[in-house]
Amino acid sequence: MHKIWLIFQREYLVRVRKKSFIIMTLLAPLLLAAFLVVPVLLASISDKTEEIGVLDKSGMFRNKFNSTPDRKFVPLTGDLEEVKADFLKSKLTGFLYIPQLNLDNPQGIRLYSKSNASIDSKIAIESSLRKEIENIKFQRSGINQQVLENIKTDISVGTTNLSDEGEKDNNAFVTSAAGYASAFLIYIFIFMYGVQIMRGVIEEKTNRIVEVIISSVKPFQLMMGKILGIAAVGLTQFLLWIILSSLVTSAIGSQFREKLAPPTTIAATGTSNADMQNSKAKGIQEAFRALENLNLPLILGCFIFYFLGGYLLYGALFGAVGAAVDNETDTQQFMLPITIPLVMTFVVAQTVIIKNPDGPVAFWMSVIPFTSPIAMMIRIPFGVPTYQLLLSMVLLVLGFVGTTWLAARIYRVGILMYGKKVSYKELSKWLFYKV
Amino acid sequence: MNILNIVGVSKRYANHVALQDVNFEIPAGSIFGLLGPNGAGKTSLIRIITQITGADTGEIYFRGEKLKPDHIKNIGYLPEERGLYKKMKVGEQLLYLAQLKGLTKHDASQKIKNWIQKLGIGSWMNKNIEELSKGMQQKVQFVATVMHEPELIILDEPFSGFDPINANIIKDEILELREKGSTIIFSTHRMESVEELCDFIALIDRSRKVLDGSVRDIKAIYKTETYLVEGTGHLLVLSPDFEVLSQTESHGLFRASIKLHNNTTPNDLLRYLIQTVEIHAFREMIPSINDIFIQKVNENTHA
Repeated sequence: MHKIWLIFQREYLVRVRKKSFIIMTLLAPLLLAAFLVVPVLLASISDKTEEIGVLDKSGMFRNKFNSTPDRKFVPLTGDLEEVKADFLKSKLTGFLYIPQLNLDNPQGIRLYSKSNASIDSKIAIESSLRKEIENIKFQRSGINQQVLENIKTDISVGTTNLSDEGEKDNNAFVTSAAGYASAFLIYIFIFMYGVQIMRGVIEEKTNRIVEVIISSVKPFQLMMGKILGIAAVGLTQFLLWIILSSLVTSAIGSQFREKLAPPTTIAATGTSNADMQNSKAKGIQEAFRALENLNLPLILGCFIFYFLGGYLLYGALFGAVGAAVDNETDTQQFMLPITIPLVMTFVVAQTVIIKNPDGPVAFWMSVIPFTSPIAMMIRIPFGVPTYQLLLSMVLLVLGFVGTTWLAARIYRVGILMYGKKVSYKELSKWLFYKV
Repeated sequence: MNILNIVGVSKRYANHVALQDVNFEIPAGSIFGLLGPNGAGKTSLIRIITQITGADTGEIYFRGEKLKPDHIKNIGYLPEERGLYKKMKVGEQLLYLAQLKGLTKHDASQKIKNWIQKLGIGSWMNKNIEELSKGMQQKVQFVATVMHEPELIILDEPFSGFDPINANIIKDEILELREKGSTIIFSTHRMESVEELCDFIALIDRSRKVLDGSVRDIKAIYKTETYLVEGTGHLLVLSPDFEVLSQTESHGLFRASIKLHNNTTPNDLLRYLIQTVEIHAFREMIPSINDIFIQKVNENTHA
């Protein structure tokens, strides 16, 4: 045990002190920050007010265009050709020409601008025109505006879990997002750090230090020390990412609060907008309620369990691959059977399991050790029967013990084997070598 | 007192036999040569002694005790395939390896300090291994092998890749370690490199031990009663007691190897020759370990 601890320490310290580790650990939260800040900054840069002239020959749209802080509408008069001539000298960003209109087939409306007109302005103008023309048509057909407003209905279906424990509001979106996020993290973690185990083993082989070390410790101790040490590196990195990211986001949050806050002016522009705002707020409230109703301790506990379980299961195999080859280019043929179950689960998880978290595919994939770390994490937020969870956990532990046993047997032979291309047949023989 | 007793050790791999019923002893405080051509089974035997692998049958006793994991800290092993972590500092690396051998951190740093002073490598302690030349790395490897002051030091092909200066430094250190009571096993296929150092040897060929014992005894057994004579004059041997095996002559100087028969002594030969020629040099032709080895291996092949 003491020797595993020594190896663990070395593997951990060597990696944590590496420049690449420090850079990656700092860079990821900064990238996240950039991801949050840059769009806001860009939006604030392009915030200059557009001024758009309106040449209304039909006379139907007087004062119907609502100016916003971003976009001002200025009425113009005169002939189209005159306006065109003046326009180039004016400071208007564009002008809208509305000819005499046939309301059943309104045509000939055109937005002139110095450079390409922004999509935003085009959409805003189109919707104002549409609304106004529709209003006029409604009036012509004798439909009262008030009646129309009353008819409009806003529907949103809330979902509630009914179980022995009582009623619980949930939200399919939040639930699947929670599952998806944790499954994704496990997937990434297994890959990133599994490959590090493999590289570490190959490094020891190519440095020719491995025989020196295993004359002092058992190959199994060396392998376990390495796997656990790298797991600790990964946990450290994730922990730092979480801490730094939350620091960065909260710092950004306080800095950009005003800009990120929904502009109240928009809410005041129209009743329908306010409604939308309301329903959005309701949606967010509902999401938060659903988040509160998720069994977070269970999810977190399971996350850590499957996170470590999955990593250890695959980590041992990655270690065995490293032992079986002389350099990284030879790893391809052995990597495939390891990566296929991982990638497949991840793909199936996104398509099948998330849609039907209690179906047979979901069940089987969440109990088979090779697929369960990812599949089960998708299912857990939706609620999993206790016996299935226990079955899956027990099988994962057995699977981990199994792959470690298998890997250790390949490892102890492989690390002393140089300059030999190994086939699967050869590997299977190693399992039964007496050492 | 033997530091190692190797009793009936056999080891098979999937498609070949590495060792077959190997028996010999290694006396404590000696320098022992484990000799044999490449692929004879030397490294397999060493890996069994260092407990990297286990024997299929047979036993090894360390100071009369059955080999057990606890003995690891009494053994220092420099493998043929040797190296160090490239991106680790010399000092940290030595400390790590010493701790793996079971030394406490305090003891380890004390012993490392002594060794680096002795070999004058103190200024390297904070350098990464990859910054050192190959010769420097070899010194570090040697320190890593002996720093825990093991009773038994096993060096597999120790001088391959060593430059002559380093090889001599290492030889001196090895002799000093023996003075202090360590036993050293040299494993090599280059007999001439260890002949002068070894007290005892064992020859292994194609998984079997073919010869073992003290170098002096073996040479006595294999000596051929042949003498080399150089001198001037016309060499003519007619006595049935002496047989000229080979003879060359140049510039009036002859050189001949002569074998004694019928229990005659070198003095008899001298007396006989003095009558006809003038003798400049006379010495016994002792077979080198290399010769004995080749003879043994050939016998083996033809048998």
